Amino acid sequence: MTAIKSKTEYETVIGLEVHAQLKTKTKIFCSCPVDFGAEPNTNVCPVCLGMPGVLPVLNRQVVAYAIKTGLALNCTVTKHCKFDRKQYFYPDLPKNYQISQYDQPICENGYLEVSGKRIEIQRIHMEEDAGKLVHAGSDRLHGSDYSLVDYNRTGTPLIEIVSMPDIRSAEEAKEYAQLLRSILRYLDVCDGNLEEGSMRCDVNVSIRPIGSTTFGTRCEIKNVNSFKSLIRATESEVERQKEIIESGGRIIQETRLFEENSGKTVSMRSKEEAHDYRYFPEPDLVPLEISAQWINEIKETIPELPNQKKLRYPKDYGLNSEEAKVLIEDRNLAEFYEAVIRLGANAKKAANWLIGPVTAYMKEHKTDILNCCMTPKQLADLLGFIEKGAINDNIAKTEILEELLGQGTDSEEIIKQKGLAQITDTSALKEAVKEVLESNPTQLKDLKEGKEKIRGFFVGQVMKKTGGKASPQIVNALIDELIK
Amino acid sequence: MTIINKSAKEINKLFINKEISAKEIIDSFYKQIELIEPKIQALTSLTKELAYRQAEELDKRISKGEKLGPIAGVPIVIKDVICVKGFSATCGSKILENFIAPYEATATGKLWDAGAICLAKSNMDEFAMGSSTENSAFKKTKNPWNLNTVPGGSSGGSAASVASMETPISLGTDTGGSVRQPASFCGVVGLKPTYGRVSRFGLIAFASSLDQIGPFARNVYDAALTLQVISGYDPKDTTSLNVEVPDYISRLNVNTVKGKKIGLIKELMGEGIDAEVKKAIEVSVRLFKDLGAEVVEVSLPNIKYSLPVYYIIATAEASSNLARYDGVKYGLRADGAKEVLPMYTKTRQSGFGPEVKRRIMLGTYALSSGYYDAYYKKAQQVRKLVTQDFLNTFEKVDLLLTPTCPTTAFELGAKVDDPLSMYLSDIATIPASLAGLPSVSVPCGFDSKNMPIGLQLTAPSLSEELLLDAAYAFESVCNLSEKLKDKHAVGVV
Repeated sequence: MTAIKSKTEYETVIGLEVHAQLKTKTKIFCSCPVDFGAEPNTNVCPVCLGMPGVLPVLNRQVVAYAIKTGLALNCTVTKHCKFDRKQYFYPDLPKNYQISQYDQPICENGYLEVSGKRIEIQRIHMEEDAGKLVHAGSDRLHGSDYSLVDYNRTGTPLIEIVSMPDIRSAEEAKEYAQLLRSILRYLDVCDGNLEEGSMRCDVNVSIRPIGSTTFGTRCEIKNVNSFKSLIRATESEVERQKEIIESGGRIIQETRLFEENSGKTVSMRSKEEAHDYRYFPEPDLVPLEISAQWINEIKETIPELPNQKKLRYPKDYGLNSEEAKVLIEDRNLAEFYEAVIRLGANAKKAANWLIGPVTAYMKEHKTDILNCCMTPKQLADLLGFIEKGAINDNIAKTEILEELLGQGTDSEEIIKQKGLAQITDTSALKEAVKEVLESNPTQLKDLKEGKEKIRGFFVGQVMKKTGGKASPQIVNALIDELIK
Repeated sequence: MTIINKSAKEINKLFINKEISAKEIIDSFYKQIELIEPKIQALTSLTKELAYRQAEELDKRISKGEKLGPIAGVPIVIKDVICVKGFSATCGSKILENFIAPYEATATGKLWDAGAICLAKSNMDEFAMGSSTENSAFKKTKNPWNLNTVPGGSSGGSAASVASMETPISLGTDTGGSVRQPASFCGVVGLKPTYGRVSRFGLIAFASSLDQIGPFARNVYDAALTLQVISGYDPKDTTSLNVEVPDYISRLNVNTVKGKKIGLIKELMGEGIDAEVKKAIEVSVRLFKDLGAEVVEVSLPNIKYSLPVYYIIATAEASSNLARYDGVKYGLRADGAKEVLPMYTKTRQSGFGPEVKRRIMLGTYALSSGYYDAYYKKAQQVRKLVTQDFLNTFEKVDLLLTPTCPTTAFELGAKVDDPLSMYLSDIATIPASLAGLPSVSVPCGFDSKNMPIGLQLTAPSLSEELLLDAAYAFESVCNLSEKLKDKHAVGVV
């Protein structure tokens, strides 16, 4: 028996529930600002504090963002929907119910293609976020000396994006979540910061013998705060489930907490302990009617999405998929890149510059393309100067780029100021080449014998003599001429 | 000059004509309150600081020659479930005994803007749950017509304060009859507007899909005047209706009921209705006919399900609305709990009274998984049927007529241990609440014990003007006004 069991190969089945905080100016049901890092309990009002007698008023922008996300994820946007109350007692939930959507979510039946595979999206619904508890003497409410509540986050708009159990590996889950984040960022509806919790993933994991058509019992993993954790949590949960099954046990449906330090998941509450949320339609809000016209207006505002760019870049710009990925990651960088190309720059060269030295600069200075001073026009100009031979590549990288990115000075001016213009005067360079050739007879001999490797040495020497300004093409041509 | 027996209309006129100052007006009423309140127990707190501040401001404005509106200078009492900024809003509950409202309800804000003066907050059944005001955690309000009887509820304090001339008008709230039933018991006019006519912002919720704020007054004109001021769309309450508010006051006329067709609801004239009440309604029918109205019998077959439907929907919503009273943020927090769960349970155990607990349990049950479809969902479906019955009937008639209550005011303590019989007190008022329709109770007679009887008129959605017209015409021929005027505050003075 044991021998047969241990031979069983398992398939991992994953579904993700992603909560995304929406980047609206105000909260979902009141006019308090959505603003992180404020003093505790300062961005609050009677409405988000759930004071007696207050009523929620729906923020239209939240609906617009939910619709926008739904459209980007190929969902059907409902024409009629409503809000419901999800009821449970917890001190971070001032009304002891959360206004959410139960049986009529705003968007349904979408999908996202991840590396050519379609992951179905079951639904997207809108809801309000809870507050935050700060515990003293324990990291949980239970057992703490006392706990404090900060209601600043209460009422921050959330959308929950629920996938079908179509994901088959931790790596695939990560890819899905990364693409989802990238799309949310492109739509400018969510920061997508897992560490700060503006995007949160709950992972539903189960396993089943390969070939089985029924699902195993699933566990929901919470507290996954990075893509790395997403992989670690999923893999360790899969291992745990395998061990249980192989030792003859059964998986219990429960909610588990991922612990960063141990890298393991621990039980939070079992299905028996699960809340009966007693959902019912929110009587304080009228049902929502969404017009086709509004949906169309929102459709117009959706930019080209990263998954679309990823298909187009190799085709239109001749980039490989890795290059495309780096450029597309940040919407602003991608748009910058496209602007540079529109200004006539060579697509491949522009990509190399942005992926190489520009990205290195941004990493070093912990900044992004929007916060650099360089405009697309300036980069296009710089590439133009190189193309024309006015400066060489190396000078551009070492002498111009930093100033261009840091201060936004036009390359033309930097070239003029620093006297960086490439020496293209053949007669002037001829003397230098001659001198270098003559003063290095051994190397010259090698070159004449066809040892082309040594050519770089001579070019380098000429560069040294000319302060790096010599045109490499002309120097090469002169070498050829003089050794004939 | 005696002020306390004057109508809101008369008080406003005296004030506008500078025959009396706002300060003198409230002095008179506070004197009456001082005199009568120990017997009636209608009020939970006086808002003197606000009243005198408002009076001073009004007197200043009038002396500057400012033109003030038809409610300026008129004192009003507010049910303690409605938030008046800076003052307590207890909801008749220990759990909110120390709660000070940090904001103003829309309805009261409109009153203050129009120059009404806030005299006091009034006693009520805890969280508006009850029909006798005996469920208040603080005091038992007495019916001014007989101090051994209840004033009705849940807005018993608001009704009794108007009847005992502590104030000319008051605000109550009506979820299943909580304005109309005490109005009937106390011999005053009480109106429940169309659901959505008056903003609920600042009204502490019992059952959100049913709650409406409504006025009490000693005559129809004053009720119309108050309704006029508090009505209208409020962006802070998205369930309020964005519909223009007609002029309720200037159209009031004795002849408006002529040619109208009034339906007498068969199902609410049968079993369970006291014979004397039935008789008073029959007399009223004759009066309506004399006014030129046609009265026909109509049947609303689904109306018999109203009470169970109401007690599922209202308790379900209440169980959710009252979840926020947990000791974490405001109001009562019971001592001695070391963990959060005991803090919740101790707070709610000691903070809520038995009727509130009963309804929270009923509602929680009705919403629980496995029971939702059989109870809450089914109740919502039947609620639609009841509403449809009304819609069908209003294709044939302009208004509906019923007794407001099956009986006149019952004795204190008579029904406290029998919740079902207490619930039956609202059998005639609940249907209009379920359908969200405007409905008014007007005094129409007295029983042999000299206790007031009310008749209820119900109109199609947003037709408050129809209601008020008919009630005004009826009032003028009913010849009760003199008797009411004399008898108001009987047993007290």
